[in-house]
Amino acid sequence: MNFFSMNRRDFILFASFSAVVLAGPLIFTPIGAGYPDLLQKFAIFGIFAMGFNILFGLTGYLSFGHAAFLGVGSYTAVWTFKLFSMNPLPAILLATLLGGIFAAVIGFISMRRSGIYFSILTLAFAQMSYNLAYSVLTPITNGETGLQLSQSDPRVLDTMFGRDYGAVLPSSDLFGINMSGYPGFYFCAVTLIICFLISMRIFNSPFGMMLRAVKSNQNRMNYTGLNTRPYALAAFVISGMYAGLAGGLMAVTDPLAGAERMQWTASGEVVLMTILGGAGTLLGPVIGAGVIKYFENIFSAFNEGILLAAFDFLPETLQHAAVAIASLFVGEGWHLTLGALFMLIVIFLPGGLMEGFNRLKNLFAKRPDDEGTETVQTAEAAA
Amino acid sequence: MSILSVKNVNKSFGGLRALNNVNLEIEEGTVHAIIGPNGAGKSTLLNCFVGRLEPDTGSVTFDGKSLLGIKPHEINQTGVSRVFQTPEIFGDLSLLENVMIPAFAKRDGAFKMNAWSPVADETALCTEAIEMLSDVGLAEKADDIAGRLSRGDKRRLELAMCLVQQPKLLLLDEPTAGMARADTNNTIDLMKRIASRGVTMVVIEHDMHVVFSLAEKISVLAQGTVIAEDLPDNIKGNPKVQEAYLGGAHL
Repeated sequence: MNFFSMNRRDFILFASFSAVVLAGPLIFTPIGAGYPDLLQKFAIFGIFAMGFNILFGLTGYLSFGHAAFLGVGSYTAVWTFKLFSMNPLPAILLATLLGGIFAAVIGFISMRRSGIYFSILTLAFAQMSYNLAYSVLTPITNGETGLQLSQSDPRVLDTMFGRDYGAVLPSSDLFGINMSGYPGFYFCAVTLIICFLISMRIFNSPFGMMLRAVKSNQNRMNYTGLNTRPYALAAFVISGMYAGLAGGLMAVTDPLAGAERMQWTASGEVVLMTILGGAGTLLGPVIGAGVIKYFENIFSAFNEGILLAAFDFLPETLQHAAVAIASLFVGEGWHLTLGALFMLIVIFLPGGLMEGFNRLKNLFAKRPDDEGTETVQTAEAAA
Repeated sequence: MSILSVKNVNKSFGGLRALNNVNLEIEEGTVHAIIGPNGAGKSTLLNCFVGRLEPDTGSVTFDGKSLLGIKPHEINQTGVSRVFQTPEIFGDLSLLENVMIPAFAKRDGAFKMNAWSPVADETALCTEAIEMLSDVGLAEKADDIAGRLSRGDKRRLELAMCLVQQPKLLLLDEPTAGMARADTNNTIDLMKRIASRGVTMVVIEHDMHVVFSLAEKISVLAQGTVIAEDLPDNIKGNPKVQEAYLGGAHL
């Protein structure tokens, strides 16, 4: 069977995507993002947004509760560390699985409605999960403190294979490679590449075509002999699995799970990432996730000192005025920048950053043509 | 042999009796037209065939199986396809995809998790879809976005989407509504070609030109009741029909 059969264009896309991700530390250093903590975030939120896009971008069902699956993934991963092994593989596998199971349950109920009612249902479920994690489920989630590792955890598999972490708090490691710093990033990067491959296959498959048909005209689908409900639900479950995996990876790089990961702001963030990058496009959501995490990191790190230095060339009064205005948009207020950026994108590029790239591409592709017609016109005018 | 049989169907909306004891037999391999003045219950009747509406009483049997109480997609899977009054197509997708989707539905059933192999590898279905598109004269637009087509082209596309499933019964709700005369004639020619392949068709139509060029049998519906059922030539002279349409004046 041609398991990895791909046409030339897809292969080039996949190869370049993998190359950019793997060379991330080199590529992102000039813009000040070439360190593992941030690169990891790019990869993890890239996975989260890519999965969200399979639901929202293809079927048009806008979920406002995907952070619930992210949280479930994190809790599952930390519990896997505690109970079984510090190896990240079982942790992310179980996180993906549980994300999928939760998505199947919540999706099954929420998908009884569409449009805004669906969105509200998912939001309600996510907020319910968040509040449960905070209060009733404290024995499982450790409430406000968050779920943490402890030295006395059983770690059945590690004990069985004679792995002893001594008297320190263990950190996750893949067969002896510690998952912090660059190895942690590369673990996330490889996962991201695998997720991208799966997403690409889904986009090009008959299943992906059916999902786009769900978005386009459910009525026609029904009268064409297709049952729309399982298609939409399958997309929901797949996106829940991506979210669970992303949550699991968060725990791999930092073995801690807190309820705030399930809050509605986190659900909203993935919507922003997907729309900013371009919903329904293959690369858009990953780019959107990268851009938002980058800006969050850069702008929130700015403080008054840096601003004063930046506006040093101005006379003192103007310098202070400029700093006063600019400081609203950085540090704690970086969300203001994000909001402004988001507004600009939605107004001028409804298709997200990917639409911007495509417009640029068309602009350059058309240039020779335009010149051609111009020459003809000049020639005619001369005649 | 009758392929669709409608017996004593009643349907009321509140106090309005939309269908009143309707009986109808559609013979296999024929083109059967249902005509009648506005509000006669034609569309209501058609909706009862495809699972959009459930009759209050009576039975609708297709190919020996009851169509009542099953969902639209299940009805389609038994071999009934429908063309809508306002074309229902996948406006965001290409024409080729529009035709491939029903072809997949026919081959793979109501749901299949076919998420790994690319659509491009399905060469047999792809060829079939292209042939179907060229059959309705849209092959050169195969890669265009369906939503940008003219109304007449959308109708032809919708027909192609139904025909690619090789339905046993094709239901057409005013297939030429809102079309220019030239487009109407093209559509009539197309439907004649389809009919010549032995596809059973039920056509609801206002345009008598269309009805009399196509139909082998005509049922006349007025105020929810079948008032006449006959060959086209006999329908023209039927006094009951003239009364229903013209309120008693003679043609």
